[in-house]
Amino acid sequence: MALDKIGIAKRIAQELQNNTYVNLGIGIPTLVANYVPKGISVEFQSENGILGMGPFPYENEEDADLINAGKQTITALDGAVYFDSATSFAMIRGQHVQLTVLGAMEVSENGDIANWKIPGKMVKGMGGAMDLVASAENIIVAMMHTNKKGESKILTQCSLPLTGVGCVKKVVTNLAVLEVLPQGGFKLLERAPGVSVEEIQAATEASLLVDGIIPEMSLVD
Amino acid sequence: MINKVVPNVQEALVGVKDGMTLMLGGFGLCGIPENSIAELVKKRTKNLTCISNNAGVDNFGLGLLLQEKQIKKMISSYVGENDEFERQMLSGELEVDLIPQGSLAERCRAGGAGIPAFYTPAGYGTEVAEGKEVREFNGKPHILESALTADFAIVKAWKGDTAGNLIFKATAKNFNPTMAMAGTITVAEVEELVPAGQLNPNEIHTPGIFVQRIFQGERFEKKIEQLTIRKK
Repeated sequence: MALDKIGIAKRIAQELQNNTYVNLGIGIPTLVANYVPKGISVEFQSENGILGMGPFPYENEEDADLINAGKQTITALDGAVYFDSATSFAMIRGQHVQLTVLGAMEVSENGDIANWKIPGKMVKGMGGAMDLVASAENIIVAMMHTNKKGESKILTQCSLPLTGVGCVKKVVTNLAVLEVLPQGGFKLLERAPGVSVEEIQAATEASLLVDGIIPEMSLVD
Repeated sequence: MINKVVPNVQEALVGVKDGMTLMLGGFGLCGIPENSIAELVKKRTKNLTCISNNAGVDNFGLGLLLQEKQIKKMISSYVGENDEFERQMLSGELEVDLIPQGSLAERCRAGGAGIPAFYTPAGYGTEVAEGKEVREFNGKPHILESALTADFAIVKAWKGDTAGNLIFKATAKNFNPTMAMAGTITVAEVEELVPAGQLNPNEIHTPGIFVQRIFQGERFEKKIEQLTIRKK
């Protein structure tokens, strides 16, 4: 069965490395913070100016001066620090943040990502996404494999205006875990539980390398 | 000590004229100079170019200036959550320049630091790079971005002293210290104004040299855009 958003978040949480700084985008990526594996210590950065972001506050303990990049009220963990926007993006551009997880509308087989603009529709802006994808050492995209019309979002070439070029390393969808190969093209690494290779191939427009037996994702809480 | 105190928001904004460029601190509705924005609405200053990460919501923040059609151009990184903004943008009444958030912050910082331009990888290969010089450093392409300055930078701090030194609270810091550096005149509205000597110099975020006018805001509503809580 294809994963839901929580399943995608749980699978991405397995990618977290011990003692690293991680920036989580809005949407599915935010959920990853709820499933950090035991024994793994990570610190979450939010680009509006906090390292050491904690969970949502309890009722009546919210502070209008303490929010994340999605403008949601949050808390700060022990060891947290606040900083200005220029310093925040110095951390990002200077590659002090090891992993960025973000959502996308389209990803292409050379690692391009489009997630900020649909021509003809209201343009809300790129926020920090262009800075994040241009600089992060490691970028994992969290998204559904197809759009609402059932069309593949894993493409030979993006059709929407780009956010960044050649930057995505891995994609985790409701159907599969895919790696972007250095020479271009996707490699199928894992299948969602009960999803066949054929189903993944059918939902993938880009070239997809299927090498040997593809294991199912193991999702533990 | 050079005394930077002005008695009220009216005095703080003397000289703000039609057609000027303003920088306004804040991220969403967090850390915005709400007293100054309310005064700009009262002053009916028009044709403003506003440099601010966001454009407020319909009934708060810069949304109040948009409602009164006082803004000619917005320079921002993200402008969702605002129906009037969308209407004005789609009808062509409002010019909008969207800039990657890190480039926006660094352009303000550069403006305050006397650096006319810098190269950044953000936006390379996208429409943000159109018309901009591209240069390769360490095998990676970068684009040239220029500094931003403003006639007035209007920021909000938690505490300030009579010398103009500022301390910000939590993530209400955001663009405020960066923009404070880049105004020809920088106005700081603070929740608590204390005599010089009462803030610990070790704990000051923005040195008073960047601030020309400081006043204690009359009222801070501090609206929350997305209230998210967890159960006990």
